[in-house]
Amino acid sequence: MAADTGATEVLHGARKVGRYALLSFVAFLVLFPIYATLMQALKSGPDAIDHPKSLLPINFTLDTLRAAWRIGDLGRLMVNSVIVAVVVTLGVIVTSLLAAYAFAFLDFPGKGPTFIAFLATLLVPAELTVVVNQRTINSLDWINSYQGLIVPLLATTFGIFLVRQVFLTVPKELREAAALDGVGHFRFLWEVAMPLCRPTLGALALFTFLGTWNQYLWPQAIITDDNHRTIQIGLERLKTGKIDTLNLVTAGTVIASLPIFVVLIAFQRQLVRGLTAGAVKG
Amino acid sequence: MAYCSDVAQVRLEHITKSFGEGAAALKAVDDVSLDVEDHDFMILLGPSGCGKSTLLRMIAGLENPTSGDIFIGDVKVNDVEPKLRDVAMVFQSYALYPHKTAQANIEFPLKVRGESKVDRAVKAKSAAEALGLTEYLDRKPGQLSGGQRQRVALARAIVRQPSVFCMDEPLSNLDAKLRSETRAELVDLHRRLDATIIYVTHDQVEAMTMGTRVAVMSRGHLQQIGTPQEVYARPATVFVATFIGTPPMNVMPAGLFERGDTLVGVRPEHLRVVPSGGLPATVRMVEQLGHETLVICDAAGTRVVLRQDAEAPAPAIGAEINLDAAEVHRHRFDAATQNRIAA
Amino acid sequence: MRRKWRDLPIAVGMLAPSAVILGMFVVYPLVRAIQLGHLRCDATGKRCRDGGWGQYVDVFRSNQFQHALANTARLALMTVPIGLALGVGLAVLADKQIRGVGFFRTVFSSTVATSIAVASLVWFVLLQPQVGVLPDLFHGIIPSLKQPGLLQDPGTALPAVALSSIWASLGFTFIVITAALQGIPRELYESAFVDGAGGWMRFTNVTLPMLGPTMLFTSVVLTTRAFQAYAEVALLTQGGPEPQRPTESVAYLIYGQTSLIKNDIGLKSTAAVLLFLVLLVLAFVQFRGLDKRVHYGS
Repeated sequence: MAADTGATEVLHGARKVGRYALLSFVAFLVLFPIYATLMQALKSGPDAIDHPKSLLPINFTLDTLRAAWRIGDLGRLMVNSVIVAVVVTLGVIVTSLLAAYAFAFLDFPGKGPTFIAFLATLLVPAELTVVVNQRTINSLDWINSYQGLIVPLLATTFGIFLVRQVFLTVPKELREAAALDGVGHFRFLWEVAMPLCRPTLGALALFTFLGTWNQYLWPQAIITDDNHRTIQIGLERLKTGKIDTLNLVTAGTVIASLPIFVVLIAFQRQLVRGLTAGAVKG
Repeated sequence: MAYCSDVAQVRLEHITKSFGEGAAALKAVDDVSLDVEDHDFMILLGPSGCGKSTLLRMIAGLENPTSGDIFIGDVKVNDVEPKLRDVAMVFQSYALYPHKTAQANIEFPLKVRGESKVDRAVKAKSAAEALGLTEYLDRKPGQLSGGQRQRVALARAIVRQPSVFCMDEPLSNLDAKLRSETRAELVDLHRRLDATIIYVTHDQVEAMTMGTRVAVMSRGHLQQIGTPQEVYARPATVFVATFIGTPPMNVMPAGLFERGDTLVGVRPEHLRVVPSGGLPATVRMVEQLGHETLVICDAAGTRVVLRQDAEAPAPAIGAEINLDAAEVHRHRFDAATQNRIAA
Repeated sequence: MRRKWRDLPIAVGMLAPSAVILGMFVVYPLVRAIQLGHLRCDATGKRCRDGGWGQYVDVFRSNQFQHALANTARLALMTVPIGLALGVGLAVLADKQIRGVGFFRTVFSSTVATSIAVASLVWFVLLQPQVGVLPDLFHGIIPSLKQPGLLQDPGTALPAVALSSIWASLGFTFIVITAALQGIPRELYESAFVDGAGGWMRFTNVTLPMLGPTMLFTSVVLTTRAFQAYAEVALLTQGGPEPQRPTESVAYLIYGQTSLIKNDIGLKSTAAVLLFLVLLVLAFVQFRGLDKRVHYGS
């Protein structure tokens, strides 16, 4: 008998085997779509036509992937997505740091209501803002441009909230001591506040990068030419309507997901740690 | 159904608990044997990390011993689940369910056993009454003070009418005043319930005032077991001698207080200032505490503390004095084993 | 008193970038959309007629909107409870200290790496009768399923979309609930264990109540996602097999390729504002309704 205390307990014997079995079964179910997709993407063209449903390709080949890359112009799509995602991420970090600093360390009349106003913007869904933003971007002549894709996304209340949480855990004495030493706000932000919230900034960066990379509605709304198309909206062009080219779509999804999979696995731990850093104290 | 007998006796035989494997294995408890008699208030006393909590958890069934046997009332319970051991546990942090009312918390063990709603309510109410909680039954833990929460945790334990109560430092989260009040209440509870209690603490005041017997542990080893008086008056090891008593016993290196190669210990209250002879010492500090005075001296590099009545004249700082103690108040310890040398 | 005003200039400076962006691209669109919601415009967007506040009611009551709303609600009813249950189930399943549990946790979190577009395309291919593996599988389990394929059958199209959506959100739910599980004090489980509670009792008396706030949060996020469903519809069914169009969500009604109001900024705004209101009401209802049963710790 094991000291069976509930969650995060140690299992022995038959219970352990049973648990592994259950975990493996569920993992299989969750991974199945990914597995099937991967297998299909590695099938050669003729193999895909002859044995479309087999889960084990006769020969593994990268040809389909290459074809998808070429036909779908995936290289350019990815580059566009990267440019947009990187710039937006940097922008969000900067704007969030500044705004969070103001809310956490500065005192000014109307601070409370202003913060609530910022929070309220969280309620407004993209489906609503796109209607008007489409028109705004059009009138700025930013349709089919990087600016159009980037600028509206440069600030998020979520980011401000997250960074502010961490800033609030900085003891007031630290700021006061710095003030006595004549350290101005920007210096304090750069040299003291920002380093303290590095894990959170990491998580925010990851989150923002992912979110921007995955954007569908907004790029769909303002991009119609091939030069600025991003990967999420560009993939569907591989859907030519012909059954025997569907494996191109599969290959496209594999290529499109690869960077994200790699990034996430590499930064998994930072993500969780960063998101909970501010929450522990609050 | 429960493995309880009428005699609520706990016997531990050569209990060892190791964590980890191979070279990195840590022995939290090392070959501890002890008996807890029926109706004992047994205190497991020691500094943090000494293994007392681990020992308690093994008795409750939250951990399994690596080797050795545990008997509750003559039944070997090594592989028996806690619920069948008839042991109730009070945790240091009380472990109250935050979303349940005090009453629901107290009723929970009975709910687990499948008792009817009516029975549960009756028993819970009487347990609450015993601890003065009747008016707080509808509140949730978040709305109760620390002392009230602690009593809810106690009520939850007694409502089961278990053979043995295990308590893991239940008073450490209370402030000093509340702690001393609750100490008295616990002693009273012990008497009223006629219970067998195994109690873990690092506070020697609690051990001395509450326990019928004290087991002192250090680094996984059992140092001594006995009544509070025995442990105070005849400490079995240097560790026990210096752990119990405030200020601690002065254990002086061999050859300092008397000739020979044994360590000699004398409690601060047993040292006398004598005009000549004895141990020469220089007074470094005098602490006037109101009810007594502590004189802290330096004797050839060793710190020696002596206790005096507040009325007695205190020596001046820097004064050279001589210290002596009656034979009966001298404790001798082997320098190598740290064990007491029987007089 | 003076100190308050001293920080003002620098505060304004620091808040300005965010305020400008959010103001221009969130607040302004909200306000303007409400205004535009009165109008009906022609394809060029130049000539508009004022329909008054009544237009909101008209659009809300219209068959199309109601139909889309019903579809979206049905989608939410499928994805949210199942998604939540699966997330909790998997998190609890993987919450043991056995060797290799990290691998399983990574697997269960993995769908967070797929975008909605990618997940939808993956399931699109999987569900195609000639190419995908699943239709045969499902046909084997439930022989009565017709062959045109789950996405082409009006009866199964919406559940199929739901399935792809549940799978895509699984990673997110798993991660959030797992993090919350770490916050439950171990002593609560130990106390229940010493008092004799078995696994199921500990789950219902300790795990579930302590997860309350997190489950509420997750439920709100999942519901919002369901009501915002656009990409999945666009990529899987384009509104669903004709003529019933069972998968046309509200967002797709507004922005989809086949949208009738694509060029009428007035009606688009009306519908979009209505969607916004629906989301608000939902969030409010969930917070109020579940809040009573949710505990916020001590």
